[in-house]
This record gives sequence, structure tokens and C-alpha cells, in this order.
Amino acid sequence: MTTLTTATTLHTPAVGTAHTRIEGRDKVTGAARYAGEVPFADLAHGWLVLSTVARGRIRDLDTESVLAMPGVLAVLEHRNAPRLTTDYTSLLGMRPDPTCAVFQHDRVPHLGWPVALVVAETSEQAREAAETLVVHYEQEPHDVGFGAGHPDAYAADGHMPAVTEKGDLDAELAAAAVVVDAEYTTPEEHHHPMEPHAATARWDGGRLEVTDSNQGATWVVGELANLFSLDPAAVRVRSEHVGGGFGSKGVRAHQVAAVMAATVLQRPVRVVLTRRQMFSLAGYRSPTVQHVRLGADTDGHLRALAHRSLSQTATGYEFVESSAGVARVMYDADAHHTANRVVRLDVPSPTFMRAPGEAPGSFALEAALDELAEKCGIDPIELRLRNEPDRGPVSGLPFAGRNLAACLREGARRFGWGERDPRPGRRREGRLLLGTGMAAASFPAGAMPSTASATAHPDGTFTVRISAADIGTGARTALTLVAADALRTSPERVRVRIGDSDFGPAMIAGGSMGTRSWAWAIRVAAGELRERLALGTGIPPEGITVRSDTTEAIGALAAAERHSYGAQFAEVAVDPGTGEVRVRRMLGVFAAGRIVNPLTARNQLRGGMIWGISMALHEEAVRDRVSGGHVGADLAGYHVATHADVPRIEADWIEDTDPDDPVGIKGIGEIGIVGAAAAVANAVWHATGVRHRSLPIRPDRILAAAAEAPDA
Amino acid sequence: MREFDYQRASDVAGAVALLGADPDTRFLGGGTNLVDLMKSGVERPARLVDIRELPLDEIEPTPDGGLRIGATVTNGDLAAHPEIRRRYPALAQAVLAGASGQLRNMATVGGNLLQRTRCGYFTDVTKPCNKRVPGSGCPAIEGEHHNHAILGASGHCVAVHPSDMAVALAAFDAVVHFHAADGPGQSPLADFYLPVGDTPHRETALPPGALITHVTLPPAPVAARSRYRKVRERASYAFAIGSLAAALDVRDGVVQDARLAFGAVASRPWRAGAAERVLIGAPADAGTYAAAADAELAAARPLPHNGYKVELIRNLVVAVLSELAEEAAR
Repeated sequence: MTTLTTATTLHTPAVGTAHTRIEGRDKVTGAARYAGEVPFADLAHGWLVLSTVARGRIRDLDTESVLAMPGVLAVLEHRNAPRLTTDYTSLLGMRPDPTCAVFQHDRVPHLGWPVALVVAETSEQAREAAETLVVHYEQEPHDVGFGAGHPDAYAADGHMPAVTEKGDLDAELAAAAVVVDAEYTTPEEHHHPMEPHAATARWDGGRLEVTDSNQGATWVVGELANLFSLDPAAVRVRSEHVGGGFGSKGVRAHQVAAVMAATVLQRPVRVVLTRRQMFSLAGYRSPTVQHVRLGADTDGHLRALAHRSLSQTATGYEFVESSAGVARVMYDADAHHTANRVVRLDVPSPTFMRAPGEAPGSFALEAALDELAEKCGIDPIELRLRNEPDRGPVSGLPFAGRNLAACLREGARRFGWGERDPRPGRRREGRLLLGTGMAAASFPAGAMPSTASATAHPDGTFTVRISAADIGTGARTALTLVAADALRTSPERVRVRIGDSDFGPAMIAGGSMGTRSWAWAIRVAAGELRERLALGTGIPPEGITVRSDTTEAIGALAAAERHSYGAQFAEVAVDPGTGEVRVRRMLGVFAAGRIVNPLTARNQLRGGMIWGISMALHEEAVRDRVSGGHVGADLAGYHVATHADVPRIEADWIEDTDPDDPVGIKGIGEIGIVGAAAAVANAVWHATGVRHRSLPIRPDRILAAAAEAPDA
Repeated sequence: MREFDYQRASDVAGAVALLGADPDTRFLGGGTNLVDLMKSGVERPARLVDIRELPLDEIEPTPDGGLRIGATVTNGDLAAHPEIRRRYPALAQAVLAGASGQLRNMATVGGNLLQRTRCGYFTDVTKPCNKRVPGSGCPAIEGEHHNHAILGASGHCVAVHPSDMAVALAAFDAVVHFHAADGPGQSPLADFYLPVGDTPHRETALPPGALITHVTLPPAPVAARSRYRKVRERASYAFAIGSLAAALDVRDGVVQDARLAFGAVASRPWRAGAAERVLIGAPADAGTYAAAADAELAAARPLPHNGYKVELIRNLVVAVLSELAEEAAR
């Protein structure tokens, strides 16, 4: 027995101070191993075969010749694969995505659907055999034609009620002095983390072990246990390092196929997705068509707000890109109508992608506000300030910390907004047209139940264990700072272990709720451990461990409108001769709770803003109506912003500690992208005098719009 | 990917002999395009003959005062060469406008000329493509073609050539030299890329099994005042949606000499001869530049979604020639 000698009195808070990533050196030196790199003895490699038709039936697969190829061990397909259970609800309250329930039937619901897994001794052998496998289809006519007028569209709930209606919309629009009535579109967008999806499955002493790249071990364990009818305790999922997720890394076809193959072959099997496969198997953000109608008095007071969004989903799976949801938080109106609708098409399943709903929704709503400001002759910031609601416009609930106005004012001051000439097309620099734009932003702030443990060791150090996932956000480092403060010790004395489902149930890295949910659980466990240690009974060799579970505490949170906020500002240069748009500078000021680690927080917020540039100007997955699949499904064809597209970007925040959170956190994962595309689009209008309501604002669209403009 | 044999050639004749008449063998230069195509299954060679160690990596003066550029000179070395930068600045700019530093350090001049289109239907083996599988169709015509050809295309293929370098070479009357089984030969770049017609899979005049050994640039005083301007959908690391190599010699307000070539508008770099004829001898002003562009673009046959390229190229011609004339007047 030793006695604890930590100098608690000398503790200086770690939360709020900049810390480099704990695993940063391992990552930049290559020492950090990702899921596709972890070595296993006797490892076999699986390669997925995807459908080349968009709808139909598998008539036959010529597996015999493939099985005779060098190194090939097995071909799994719907006639021989283990059966799965799909009648369950996941951790996130959703039905399983049918794309994950591989090889259960002969139906092909979209192009790029998994029809077989070829397993071989080497990855190269598996790939060659997979590409050789001939699959015979009975092809049926498909429909991938997304558009506003689709007759099969219907209102769908998703994570929020599909429709909200307050007041008489037609009457208020008729009574409004100023009306904006416009349609905005965003294309199909993909989250392609640098690290492609990869998993290795193996059975070890009756337990299924999966080495994976995911956003939540608890989530993946739950899905795999359900799919394979296993006791969750018999499944262990680990993901030490994750090279990006953005919503795409839950359960996907590759983990399920790997588990099937490991079960059939009784040896470890790894399946890695290719970039091209990720376009149909990793989920994506649905395209949207959004119809926004705003009616205002001459002073800008909103009498009417209608936001109606259409997105697409797969035939067998309902996922709703809830773009109209953001209007339920941002602005009130005497008549306030919102609706999220979907249409089921022969396309892959969409899913969560950074700021699901808010990212495309804020583009439409905040661009419409900009149009209203122009029509009313009111400064866009002033228009927003005049329409600040004092209660949730739809819920009627009080706001728990709405610091949007402070973000707008601070952003305006720092950006130099006050010197702006509101008239479009006035600033020139040689052949270039210059313009500035802004937009407001919000994203829900929440927490989900999690468990954690904190252990004090006799040497004065601590170990914290939680099934958190660091998907590149710096969560591991942030949690170390939170734990250090709760233990009143220095971060160097705390080891935070994450990415292992054996550490107990916890929230995923998603919904801007990961770090907050985990920090809460760690705070409770560490706080109780500190109290135990204060009794001074000494620490046995095995240490003292305290466990926490935040289910009850989070359930006791009072109902309120809880959100992070932000104000986005952008300056662009447009070459009217070539249609090229370049962002010159951006500023984002956020009210997003207490910032745990300013270094990684700024990085994450800037990352969101850069993605907003990319969304505004570059990203668009093109679907070919004839084949039903993508054209240019790779990172040469799907453009994201490059370094040369990214100018000086400032992200900062105002004091916004959440009094209802033990650490004061709200969450910063998504807010950085919200409103960013609208700020850029509004700046393009300010530069050119032409409204661009369809993203991305490509050179050809600038040229075409200029040619159509009345004063061209 | 399919297994393949790999051999390294040590001299030109040996390389050509190694390749022989085997249609399943390819020369390997920097591999920056071929290896990608092998990964995606577009190319499935049984054998690669690596030519990177051949003594073809020099840039030397020619007796007539031009330059001889070896086929294995890397794009990076080409762009950095002082004589290229001084005498043919548009060529250096064109090379630097393409790819990334890493790729340019691998990619070779010969390989650059022979790189394949980035048409999304061509690079996806699950889709029809007359260039990849003759007779299978061209889905781009009815499908995604916003970055496809407006000049010289056919009902069989509307793909564009991706090279920036070749656009500048076309403007400067480069000649491609090769070594075939029956000995050396040459082809002006203007004739090197074949018309699309109904054989889009036949791309160049290179005889079967021949190896490009070097490219010559004839002396061209006008080239010293030249520029390459590339328009793309992001600031770097993207293929052009329209580009222009231009050279202009103005004296006393009159165009003495001019060179123009367009990129990303056709299956080959598009030397704008009709435009040059309008320019030479005409007053050096925006009206002349626009008339020159219009003369060339009269032949444009845009598809429903790429008509913007006509205006884009026209705007580029006017803007770049105006810049060159203003700089000459200083």
C-alpha cells in the first residue's frame, strides 16, 4: 500500500489550454496503426464484388472458375452466406441499413450493391478474383431521377417530426410587404475520410473480435450482435485510431462480410473498401431541393417562413436529410411552416454527413435571408438581429444559452462588416469582382448516456477507460484534459484509453455529442475517484477503480432549446470571364460551449469552414441516369477543396459555458460547416449581382448565369 | 489487379525489340497515368517495359536553334529548364499548371503526350465507352459531359485530351520523334493525334510498338512572349475545363506573329490556325482578338451542357492576348 501524494493544491486547470495531440507523434511518424494495417497471423483477405446494374435480380454467379484461381479460399454470396437478423433497432434508434445485411437475397436495389465477397490468401489475389467473377443479372428498369417534381415524394420524420405548421401561411405571405420565394438545390455529396473503411474479424475463444475503423465501438458491437444473433458480451470491437469518419463510419457492408468470412473459414479475415466502393457503400449526403418562402414587413419582421425540403433515400431504407429542421430553431414568424420530404429511388442508402440537415438547410435558409435583406434594404446582420426569437419558434421552449447575436456582432466587428457597401457588383480589382457575405449558424447541443471508469494507481498516475472514438478530432487529448482537471492532477499523469467496446457502453463520435457525452461520464467517475482518494486509505497494487454511468443525469436535463451558434463571414473574388470563384478570407465566430482544447477546437472549426468552401464551390457527385451509377467516382472526379483553394481562415469563439453540463461543453463537431456555404454564396451575389441557388457554384454555372442575367 | 511481368530496357532499340508486336505489353515511363489505369482495370498489360533508364533525359539545343527534349525528361525538369522558361515560357507554365509536384517529378514528356482522357466513362470499366471498348457506345453524349469536347468530336466520342503540356507544344509546332521496329520516324504534333471519327480508340499516329524518343521544338522568337492560362474547377490539382497557350508579337500596334492553341476542348490539343490567320497583320486590339476567337470557334459544336466553353475560350483569348500586348507595350 502506498499513500497518495498528488499535490492537489498546485493543480492548474488543463481545460481551456492548448495541448498538442497525445498521439500526434505516432501519427506523423507512422507508428500509429490503422485498422487495415494491424497485423494478424493467418490473415485472409476479402474483396467485395458490387453490382453493375441499378435494379434487378442476381440470376447466377460463376463462382466455380473463380474458386479455382490462385489463393482463392471462398466466395460468399446470397446462396451460401450465413443468415442475418435484421429485425432490430440500433443504438441510434434506427433500423439497420439493408446495405449492411449483405448476401441475404438475390435482389439488387442499387448500382454498387454488394453481391459477393471473394476471400483469398492475399489482397491482390482476392481483388483479381473479385474482378474476374461474372455475375448474371435480370435487369429491371431503374429510377435514379431525383428532382422537385417527383410524384413519389412523401413527408418523412427521420429524427424529427416531418411537418410543423403554425399560423396561416398564405394569409401572412399575402399580407407581407416583401416576399422571397426561391428554390435552392444542393447535390449529392460524399464524406471520404482519408482512411477508407477497413475491418478485420476473427473468432478468439468463442468471442468475436473486430479490429475496425469506426465512430463508436458500442454502436458497432450492438449492430453486429444483433445481425449475427450474438450476446453483445461475446463481441469486442476495437479502433485505436480512426482516420476520419464524418458520419460514414458505423456498421457497413465490409465489417459484416468480414465477420461472415471469419465465421465460415474460422480464420481472421480483413475487408477494406476502395475509394470507388465507398461511393456506394459508405453512405453519403442526399441531394436536396429546398423551397423557401419568406414574407416580411418593410422593417424586416418575418410574417411568414416556409421551408420545405426534399431529399432522396434508398428503396429499402428511409433516411431523411432533415434540411428544414434548422428553420425551427433559427427564426420565428407569425406563420411558420416546415416540412422534410423524401423520395425512394434506386440509389444507395444516404446517411449522416457532417451537420446532417443543417449543412444543406442553412445554405437555403441563410441565402434566402440574404435575398430578403437585399429586398428590404436592410443589412443582413441587422435583419437577423431583428428576428431573434425569445423562445423556440416551433417548440415554444426556452433557449438554454442562445448567443447568436453576440457571434454576429463580434464577427461583424472583426471582419470589418461595417465598411461594406451593400450594393452588389461594385468592388473591382483588375478583371476580378469582389464581394463579401455572411450567414448565421446553429446546431443542436446534446449529450447521450455513457459509462466510463477511472483508476488510481499506486504510483500517482491514473487510467481512464471509455469506449470513445477519436476520429481525428482530438477527443483523446480533450478527454485527458477533462480527466486531469477532475482528478486535480496534470494531464501527463493521466492515460486515457479509448476505442475498445470492453470499456463499456458509450456514445458515438457523432452529432457533436461525443466529447461532451464522454467528458460527462469521465468527470463523474474521476470526481468520485478523487473523493475516494481524499479519504486517504491508500491505493492497493491493483489500484482503485470507480465506474460511472450518466444515464440518469442526462435523463434529468430539463427540456429546452439547446444549440451551438455561429456567424460565418466570407470574401470572394470572381473572374467574370472564366467563372472562377476563389474565397479570399473567411471568419467564423462561434458560441459552442466551453472549449476544452483551443488548438484542436480551432482545427475542427476551420475544418468545417473549409468543407463549407468545398460544398459551396466544388463538391458534387454526378449520377448517370442511364446506368444509375456515378460518373467519376474517385477523388479525381469528385472535387474537394485543395490547399490552394483555402485562404486565410479564422475561427474563434465567444464565452459560452453551458451551465447544464458538468464541464460546460456544448459540442463543436458540426457547427463549423453550418452556414459556411451560404456565406460564400451570398458573397458571390455581392460580387456579381447574380444569385446562385444551386451548389456547387462552378465556373460553367457562373458563366451561364451571367449570360442569362437581364443586364448581361 | 492482374499480375504482370516487368522488364527494364537499357537502350532504345532494345526497348522496341522487347516490346515487339505484343499488344499486351506497354512501355512504362513515370507510371502516373498507366499505373492508375491498371489499378482501375482500364489497362491490363501482361508485361511492362520500363524505359526510365534510357538515355533520353536531356534537353539539348538543335542545330537549327530549337530544342530537343528527351522523352524521359520529367515534367518537373522540363518546367524548370532555363531555356524552356526563357524561350517558351508558356510551355513551362503549362507543365506547372498540371498535377502536383510529386506527380511532375515522376511523369515524363513521352508519357504526358500519351496520357489517356479522364472522361468518367472511359475510366470506369463497368460503363460503355467506344474508346475503351470499340462499338460499346458513348454514354457521355446523353449523360455527363460538362467537361467534354466542343471541337472536332464525333458521335462516337466526345472526350477531351487532358494534357496541358501538349497544348503549349502544339502552339509551338513541336515534332514528335519515335523509334519503331523499322527504325526512326517523326510526326508533327499537329498530325500526331488522329481525328476522332468512328475510331476513337485509335488515338495517335505512333506506329504499333514504337517508342517516343524525343520532341523537338523549332526556333520560334514569338514564343518568348507567351503565356499559358488554365481554367479549372478548383485552384489546383484538377484538369482544365478550358485552357489557352498564346504567343503574340506586336509592332507598331499591328500583330506580326501569333500562336494560339486551346486545351480541354477536343480530343487533342487544338491549334487555332483560323484564329492566327485573323490575328496576323491585324491591329492589336480587343476587337481583333475577339474576331480571331470567333473565327476558330465557328466550328464549335457544343453539347447541351458544355456550351459555356465557347464563351470561356473566347474570353480567355481576349484576356490573355490583351495582357501580352500590354506587357509588350511597356
